[in-house]
Amino acid sequence: MMPAFESVIGLEVHAQLRTASKIFCGCSTTFGAEANAHVCPVCLGLPGALPVLNGAAVRMAVLAGLATGCDIAETSVFARKNYFYPDLPKGYQISQADAPICRHGHLDIQTQGGIRRARILRIHLEEDAGKSIHGATAAATTRIDLNRAGVPLIEIVGEPDLRTPEEAADYLRELRAILVCLGVCDGNMEEGSLRCDANVSVRPLGQETLGTRCEIKNINSFRGVRDAVAYEIERQVALVRAGASVVQQTRLWNADLGRTEAMRSKEEAHDYRYFPDPDLLPLVLLRADIELLRAQLPELPAAQRQRLQRDFGLPPAQALALTEDPLRLAAWEAALGQRPDANRALALANFLLTQVQAALGRSQRSASDVRAAMPMLAQLCDRWRAGDLSNKMLAEVLQGAFGDSQPLATALAQQLAQAGAVVSDVAALEAAVDEVLARAQPQVQRYRAGHTQVLGFFVGQVMKALAGKGNAAKVQEILKARLDG
Amino acid sequence: MTAHTATVTGCAAAFAAGEVSAVAATQAALARIAALDGSLNSHLHVDAQGALATAAQLDRDRAAGRALGPLSGVPISLKDNLAAIGMPMTAGSRMLHGYQPPFDATVTARLKAAGAVLIGKTNLDEFAMGSSSESSAFGCVHNPWDLNRVPGGSSGGSAAAVAAGLVAAALGTDTGGSIRQPAALCGIVGLKPTYGRVSRYGAVAYASSLDQIGPLTRTVRDAARLLQVISGADARDSTCAAAPVPDFEAALTRDVRGLRLGVPREYLDDAQGLDPAVRAAVQAALHVLEDHGAVLVPVALPHTRFCIATYYLIATAEASANLARYDGVRFGHRAVPQAGDGIDDLYAKSRAEGFGAEVKRRILLGTFALSAGYHDAYYKKACQVRRLIHDELLAALQTCDALAGPTSPVPAWPIGGKSENPLEMYLMDVFTLSANLAGLPGLSLPLPLHPSGLPIGLQLLGRPFDEATLLRIGDAYTSFSATDLLRPPWGAAP
Repeated sequence: MMPAFESVIGLEVHAQLRTASKIFCGCSTTFGAEANAHVCPVCLGLPGALPVLNGAAVRMAVLAGLATGCDIAETSVFARKNYFYPDLPKGYQISQADAPICRHGHLDIQTQGGIRRARILRIHLEEDAGKSIHGATAAATTRIDLNRAGVPLIEIVGEPDLRTPEEAADYLRELRAILVCLGVCDGNMEEGSLRCDANVSVRPLGQETLGTRCEIKNINSFRGVRDAVAYEIERQVALVRAGASVVQQTRLWNADLGRTEAMRSKEEAHDYRYFPDPDLLPLVLLRADIELLRAQLPELPAAQRQRLQRDFGLPPAQALALTEDPLRLAAWEAALGQRPDANRALALANFLLTQVQAALGRSQRSASDVRAAMPMLAQLCDRWRAGDLSNKMLAEVLQGAFGDSQPLATALAQQLAQAGAVVSDVAALEAAVDEVLARAQPQVQRYRAGHTQVLGFFVGQVMKALAGKGNAAKVQEILKARLDG
Repeated sequence: MTAHTATVTGCAAAFAAGEVSAVAATQAALARIAALDGSLNSHLHVDAQGALATAAQLDRDRAAGRALGPLSGVPISLKDNLAAIGMPMTAGSRMLHGYQPPFDATVTARLKAAGAVLIGKTNLDEFAMGSSSESSAFGCVHNPWDLNRVPGGSSGGSAAAVAAGLVAAALGTDTGGSIRQPAALCGIVGLKPTYGRVSRYGAVAYASSLDQIGPLTRTVRDAARLLQVISGADARDSTCAAAPVPDFEAALTRDVRGLRLGVPREYLDDAQGLDPAVRAAVQAALHVLEDHGAVLVPVALPHTRFCIATYYLIATAEASANLARYDGVRFGHRAVPQAGDGIDDLYAKSRAEGFGAEVKRRILLGTFALSAGYHDAYYKKACQVRRLIHDELLAALQTCDALAGPTSPVPAWPIGGKSENPLEMYLMDVFTLSANLAGLPGLSLPLPLHPSGLPIGLQLLGRPFDEATLLRIGDAYTSFSATDLLRPPWGAAP
């Protein structure tokens, strides 16, 4: 009988800091510019160019450390991490090795079994590399874009405290929420603003020592973390059960094929030959400045969730979803206005998290557009709840307005005006109901025989006859009166 | 005054007084380069057109009564590891053959702002790695005191050009003695400022924690003038200090009474491999200063014997990273790709072809010193010893205003004489390395000629950011001994 296995997971997360300029030069960090538009002698690594540290990046790293309960180092040291790669202009990356800016923090994550604390080993500052754009074939030319070279990153190195793929995904989600809430990272995983490597090992349940680990790279979504870790656990357990052993290696997550693939073994691992970068003096922070930043910390997602559940009775799922993004939360709070009524709070949360999120996802608009148009969106939601707008009308208004190029509030007002009003006139509704019932005698028989679920069919037919603009509640009322009467 | 004997301060004064035009001074420098540099090989690039255009503008400025700078009308060259827009920058390496920097080094910009006429770029050991200026990919530099001998290095082109009177002054870089040693071997003044006194922005990095830019001049006053111009904080170099910059020329009082001059036994009595005539000349110079009121203080610096090992671990470790950017991808030499070559082949071939033997040797040494398993025994240990060397020097400078000794243990050696034996070459740096390891200022002054007829140098080491005291002692000594008037007989007639 083989023992049960426990998996041990630790995440290394790279977060791109939202500074206007790069970490060691004045070049812009804007994403999506023409290749090599944002470069200068420093980030190109030209002979004689020297790095000068961007204070904004330091402040953001300290905020991230404070928000995750880290000790902030009064002295930290930049080091050179040496390796050759075409998109690494200097042949070394400026990072931090022995003396990172933050140490010994933690992250509390919500799991089904309650709150679990995962320790953070360290957070350090470093520069990003550029991007290699490979041709279609192996023989084709590779082109280099150095716009990203020198963009500031923090790497948040977690201790191996996570035990399941779901915990790993929850950890990443919580970390993202905190960084986005602090305003230090935009959290955009598709654009690579947040990247995750996972260290995974397995061991027989009850064993103290850790198993041999593999590092999985190239994970770029929450689902990716969960799936990659789950796949890797399964792979390692199968190996051990088969009497083989896990080989320490770096593996790549292939999201298309849903599997991890060997990249390089421990023997091929780089010797980065770290040493303190003599071009940069040790980074010295004054205790008073650290405390000043601590005083600037906003309400963090965990506290926000508690408040939402306590003050508005929101269910945990909605509270979690709202606090994933400060703009979303701000939008919801703006919609609430001066009337904190629990039913409306929940309805607005659902409206925002489902209909509005869906419309936003299909459009080119941003979360800040939503935030700006929130009074109008709240009005829309209220009218829909009051029955002044049908589901179909609501969907059309949202789709039309989000697809429009005008400011969202203006577009919403316009769409709303065009949508007109629901048909609430009792005579008109009764006429439509009678017509539908007259045409559907077999269904009427079935309803009267006790198959009351047919009611939905009648509602649908009446709404169709009214071009989707019938007052759904009233239609239902009339139908029931006719059928039951 | 002729170009051959011109000094920086003399040139600037003559121009300011209207005795000579900037164009004439520039033409004189260009003429001497044209006539003599075929034999010296001191310049890798001469920007005649740019220099004459600058000079003509200076003449117009003077005619219009515009304010002049402290270096207005003075022909000056830059070591070819310092960036200047419009001039190539090779660092003496095939790797950078044809490379044009798109920006000015901070020192270049400051020289320009002070009115200097930039003549060209001077030859050097490849990437400033060497003590003889023989490892340049573009041929060795010859010493104007004896064309069969080396000028020292790595700023050998700068030293030879100033000694031969091709230019009034030149800038060099000093990582382990590369300004002071060639200055000594060519009979001129060379100053390595305190680490952090001068911005390194735009200097091709060899060993970033040791590199400093400084002047090579004929007189101490000239060195003070140049240091004044190039010193001071720079937002582009985080290691450049915000320390106040005093008036260096005002410090040249020629009064050395009561100054305490430390004489480290390891630099003189106990020094291994020190030429006896050099030892005697240094002792004589110390007595000259003593005669003028300086107090000689015996000092012991027992850690001196670790300087060479420490330096060659730290400098090469830093160099191994600093030179990683020369990979053939973005600029510099790129090997012609063969069918089937991958990126690693591109790196290996480009670097194999682009770098010379000494550069490869130092990259390998430094890579080894930083490697897993060796890092603690070599790099880390060297950093610890460096701290001890620093502390020992600082302690000696608590009781002494400056330390004195020879710059180089021997005068210039014949070209090729040591190039087969790298270790013997490294031993030439024995007296100059401590200033770089401790970040201290160091000044080399011409001593009376060696019995062989070759120049030799006296080195002074000072407290951090106290170049003023070194310049004061140096100005006093050269005026008492008239050694700043020494000129090589070769090339005296234009």
